[in-house]
Amino acid sequence: MIVADKKPIEEIIETVKPYDRILVLGCNECVTVCEAGGKKEVEVLASALRMHFIQQGSKKNFDERTLERQCDHEYLEEIRDIMDNYDAVLSLACGVGVQFMAEKYHTTPLIPGVNTCFLGATEKRGLWTERCQACGSCVLAHTAGICPISRCAKRVMNGPCGGSTGGKCEINKDVDCAWQLIIDRLRDLDRMDEYEIVTPIKDWSTERAGGPRTVAREDVQV
Amino acid sequence: MSMNTPSKLEKVFKSGHIAVTSECGPPRGSDPEAVTSKGAMIKDHVDAVNITDNQTAMTRMSSLAACIHLKQMGLEPILQMVTRDRNRVALQSDILGAASFDINNVLCLSGDHQSFGDCAQGQNVHDLDSMQLVQTVRHMRDEGKFLGGDDIKRPPNMFVGAAANPFADPFEIRVPRLAKKIACGAEFIQTQCIYNIAKFEEWMRRVRERGLHEKVFIMAGMTPMKSAPMAKFMKNRVPGMDVPDEIIDRLAGVEKKKQAQEGIDICVEHIQRLKEVEGIAGFHVMAIEWEEKVPEIVERSGLYPRPEV
Repeated sequence: MIVADKKPIEEIIETVKPYDRILVLGCNECVTVCEAGGKKEVEVLASALRMHFIQQGSKKNFDERTLERQCDHEYLEEIRDIMDNYDAVLSLACGVGVQFMAEKYHTTPLIPGVNTCFLGATEKRGLWTERCQACGSCVLAHTAGICPISRCAKRVMNGPCGGSTGGKCEINKDVDCAWQLIIDRLRDLDRMDEYEIVTPIKDWSTERAGGPRTVAREDVQV
Repeated sequence: MSMNTPSKLEKVFKSGHIAVTSECGPPRGSDPEAVTSKGAMIKDHVDAVNITDNQTAMTRMSSLAACIHLKQMGLEPILQMVTRDRNRVALQSDILGAASFDINNVLCLSGDHQSFGDCAQGQNVHDLDSMQLVQTVRHMRDEGKFLGGDDIKRPPNMFVGAAANPFADPFEIRVPRLAKKIACGAEFIQTQCIYNIAKFEEWMRRVRERGLHEKVFIMAGMTPMKSAPMAKFMKNRVPGMDVPDEIIDRLAGVEKKKQAQEGIDICVEHIQRLKEVEGIAGFHVMAIEWEEKVPEIVERSGLYPRPEV
């Protein structure tokens, strides 16, 4: 899933200041799972903002709404009839949802309420970690199911580098060395001989380097 | 003797001599004197000199420019190139630039992560990794072609090196990793600083077991300790460094003003011991900001005078 983190409340207060009628808009997908932008977070944030501006003696209205998805035209249409009531939307969706909103409601100012961080998973409640950088050309078949692009700080394709110590990365003792994990799993799979296969120079054109990407599937288009 | 390149370092190895290299870190400024004065200190005691490439990710004068300064004063530079800061366009371009000055040696590295340096908020590139950079230089030299496939007019003619850290984890892949670098085309290897002699000798035993010492020239990396606190810092703070307590204890056991000399003595003893190890083709003496001590270390280790080749 897409993992996001809450923006600091001070930053949000600054960005909503020019507006009086604000819709705080959550999303029921990834940002709900990572507890950054779901219905619950919408409630908490809207309450905090109300309280802050009441204390400041400023009259602002914060309404709450959470859509099934903000990255989907169908669900974004559900709020069309109420959009005239607002000066701005504070969206707690990921960057995709915020941009989809912007495209759909062209004249409504939009404020992101979260920082979109990475593609990752929930390790445990309150801890999410990165697993994928969407390079567009998956190498996991050759790296024992562990991604050196997203999990190695130098995205070394033939690792580990000389900074791997005690299974940890040179940048931070809390970060696992991806290549230690790869080697441990190759050993468990009894495939250590594959370690010596040199990974050739990667074609990064399917990654960000190639410019904004599109997946077009004629077989499923209607 | 079959030479692949005009490199003096290659010639020293292939003439059967134990090679000696050292290292100069370019300055954090544009004064050429900062490079040439270091070069002058070690000129007669080494066969070639590495010029580091923004080591520890601190912004410095470029390795290539510093190499040119040393080349012009008659030294044999080894251009260090890290994959952290340049993509394949820039790397190939700088290889050609170096070749245009007849810089005949290159050492391919991934580089310390930028979070260690003065631009921690910067991007890193890592379009290629260090092994792929070795492949790139060999491809440009041997095939006379760019990675994109076009012909190179006057291809670079460089002797290609890589680094090996016998002490990083996991230990079991340290020799397979060397084999991989050789498969990519590495012709010489400079190791991480060696302090744990027993572990290094075990690594070399495994290297010989696979016959890798016959496929690549291995240079043992030696860095003299200036003091007990430096030894502790290297042990605890420098990634991938293995400093046994006995080294720290030995330095701490002498009075403060004599610790530097003790560090030199340890370094000389280690070189003398490792000279006897089969498969060691040379020594890479990295006296960090202490270049003036290189002549003493080389002379006392019985590696002086350097051969005329």
